[in-house]
Amino acid sequence: MKFAVIMFPGSNCDIDMFHAVEEAVGEEVEYVWHNDTNLDRFDAVLLPGGFSYGDYLRPGSIAHFSPIMSAVKKAAEEGKPVLGVCNGFQILLESRLLPGAMRRNENLHFICKTVPLRVENPDTMFTNQYQKSDEIYIPVAHGDGNYYCDEETMTALKDNNQIVFTYVNNTNGSRENIAGITNKAGNVLGMMPHPERAVEDLLGSADGKKLFASIVKQWREKHAITT
Amino acid sequence: MTFDVTVYITWKEGVLDPQGAAVTESLHKLGYDGVEGVSISKMMKVRLQAEKDNVEQQVVEMCEKLLANPVIEDYTYEIEEVIPS
Repeated sequence: MKFAVIMFPGSNCDIDMFHAVEEAVGEEVEYVWHNDTNLDRFDAVLLPGGFSYGDYLRPGSIAHFSPIMSAVKKAAEEGKPVLGVCNGFQILLESRLLPGAMRRNENLHFICKTVPLRVENPDTMFTNQYQKSDEIYIPVAHGDGNYYCDEETMTALKDNNQIVFTYVNNTNGSRENIAGITNKAGNVLGMMPHPERAVEDLLGSADGKKLFASIVKQWREKHAITT
Repeated sequence: MTFDVTVYITWKEGVLDPQGAAVTESLHKLGYDGVEGVSISKMMKVRLQAEKDNVEQQVVEMCEKLLANPVIEDYTYEIEEVIPS
């Protein structure tokens, strides 16, 4: 299985993401520059955290016009797994690949710590290695992680089981404690916490490893059926 | 023709503005009890070369595509023609 890690000017979790794939789950992975336009050779796309374009204007707002984003949208439409973490999540929101928007953290502080998350939906291609209601420890590091959406969107998120992770203790003021959501089809996941920073016990938690392992498992099963 | 466009980005009604809330609290601490709320918004100045009949359309497009996030933000704008001196 081959992963792409998209690098925007200002991405700074790209190396962690690469490491998580290469070392923790042992799959192929390549960096792809934001000016590239083709992702056809990849099976999964990862948008790392950081501060794309310095977060000028709003986090993710400028990155979503990068040439590579057309290819990311194409991959999403084709049903490939697309994971956006932190700034990657913000880019997915600005691109409307996921519904809602991010506001400043409710307490106005940049929050950098490992927090417990609850697995709300273990039936996705990103979470099939977890059990429902598992508490997992994943680091957060963000200033704009306060998830917002209107009532109609919230109802749709619940009705379609799109809420994948919630904070056990609401970290940043997000509506309904939301830490991660998928699109309706379930193949695009955005989350503020950083699973790629929690793939080895040495890092303080290895709970994020199962997320990458879930993607690989789902791909292998699908691949076995189609060949 | 040259235009000076002023774009104001404000929070949609009902969207919590944490910065505004913090400033409200601070003003109360200074004794301004009459302050019922503060909303912090963004103002942008755009100088634009355009034809008179499509300048407004361009401004609306810029706001919708990039300058504002319509999920949480509203926008208003003023367009003023720059008269060469």
